[in-house]
Amino acid sequence: MSRRTDSRVTQAKRGRLTRRDLLARAAGVVGAAATAPVAGQQSIGTTRRPGRGPNGLDQRSPFVTPRRDPSSTSSRTPLQDLRGTITPADLHFERHHGGVPEIDPGRYELLVHGMVDRPTVFTLADLQRFPATSRTCFLECSGNLRRGGPETLPQMVCGLTSQTEWTGVMLSALFAEVGADPNATWFLAEGQDAAVMTRSIPAEKAFDDAMVVYAQNGDALMPGNGYPARLLLPGWEGNASVKWLRRIELADQPFMTREETSKYTDPLGDGTVRQFSFVMDARSIITDPAYPRVIEPGWHEIRGLAWSGRGRITNVEVSVDGGNSWEQAALQGPVLPKAHVRFRHPWNWTGGPAEIMSRATDETGYVQPTWETLRAARGPNTRYHQNPITSWTITGGGRVLFGAERLQA
Amino acid sequence: MLAASVPVATAQPPSTDTQETFGLGRAATTAEIEALDIDVRPDGWGLPPGRGNAADGAPVWERTCQVCHGPEGKGGTAAPVVGRAPNGRPPTVGNFWPYATTLYDYINRAMPRNAPGTLTPDQVYGVVAWILVRNEIIPNDAEMNAETLPQVVMPARAQFVPDDRRGGREVR
Repeated sequence: MSRRTDSRVTQAKRGRLTRRDLLARAAGVVGAAATAPVAGQQSIGTTRRPGRGPNGLDQRSPFVTPRRDPSSTSSRTPLQDLRGTITPADLHFERHHGGVPEIDPGRYELLVHGMVDRPTVFTLADLQRFPATSRTCFLECSGNLRRGGPETLPQMVCGLTSQTEWTGVMLSALFAEVGADPNATWFLAEGQDAAVMTRSIPAEKAFDDAMVVYAQNGDALMPGNGYPARLLLPGWEGNASVKWLRRIELADQPFMTREETSKYTDPLGDGTVRQFSFVMDARSIITDPAYPRVIEPGWHEIRGLAWSGRGRITNVEVSVDGGNSWEQAALQGPVLPKAHVRFRHPWNWTGGPAEIMSRATDETGYVQPTWETLRAARGPNTRYHQNPITSWTITGGGRVLFGAERLQA
Repeated sequence: MLAASVPVATAQPPSTDTQETFGLGRAATTAEIEALDIDVRPDGWGLPPGRGNAADGAPVWERTCQVCHGPEGKGGTAAPVVGRAPNGRPPTVGNFWPYATTLYDYINRAMPRNAPGTLTPDQVYGVVAWILVRNEIIPNDAEMNAETLPQVVMPARAQFVPDDRRGGREVR
């Protein structure tokens, strides 16, 4: 059973595509719908009349209908429908706090001020004249875990992560241009949306790898991802990579905005609240086979994604027996730092009940923990930065279900 | 590698190692900085002139806030802002906001949700005072302004600690 079929099943379950739709599409034209294809001749029909000519903007095949899963505040990347590491721009997850603003690029300006020698306004054209850098990295919301029941898609488990080749200017270049005061230890990043999103960022990130980006997979940013320009903080929680960036203010202390105090902080079991927890810890998820697939006995390739905000993934282990034993998965190169990496592992399913799971290790030696280990370290109340090992159970009949019981208690 | 005989026709472009710049962008005017520079810090830097107490804030709350947050600051469709339950459960201003200045900053920039940025400084100070009184953090008649607000000590302040995760074997 192909992944494309999975997508159809998913769409059909949501009522967007009926079996009749699928049959009509498969037949190609309505008039031919009554004619059953003859075995061995399926490929002949399209050879008997010319297809469409070149067009100005291509679209996916009508048989391919991946969809983000939107809620009132976010939309989640369909991890189960993707096979590489780059997320198509129109499937990149969205999370915003005041809706998506419509910004005229001709009127866009970025103000950089505060502890600088030369408070400066940059237009989009200005930003694009600076030396450009491209960086492929993941962007993940720190609220990226949903603990659903057995019928939970990878998209719903952790679809608030996506990967992009971003292009823009290094923030360090902008800081040099405005004459940043060496005593500035923090900067405020502010968005042009109705939330006027603000986060305080340590200045050292600006001199490490922070960017102001204006391109997503080589094209302009999508509106939901910050068009025309956004901050990009590789490896850090997505909220801090402020979209629709309108202002950067350098300072010698954090500003203590709402999104870094009462939100995006982590109440721990000892009564303290962890603040400025920017880095995304190492994580992985098997995206295939996964719910809603039904598999047959025989060889399968277990496939998934692994990533770490602290650098490169060095190892992904896969278990097919619920964590009793682990085997090393193959990593698809190039393995980039702070980036999704594909892992794959061959598996001969003999037909009995099984539970498959993955566990990532990064270059710091950090090993993706179990839910129990996370809870023991942090107590029961943290909502962000939850990166537990997740699993899929396979029933005797081959149904693949989310291992929901692993994330209980 | 360039051969030694190739003449260097142009200077090196600016880099972070030099004091040179690209000369891009234009100087920001004081007026345009002031128009955008709305942030407020815990030390009170950024707070505008103005004032308000809870009585001033009550009608503003009724008119613009309670539709989502509830007449008493809880029980509405939005998260509660009033409550002192222990352990920050559920999180409210009373038990989970470490700085009172953040109230001014956030309400001024992002509230009310259907018309953010439309409250006057006096209205924001009044609503801030109303919320702090309801959380039993300031006296009923206390006036909030640029001098008094930074002095309010929030109950949750001492709980907040910097991130201590460092990678490596230990899960924190």
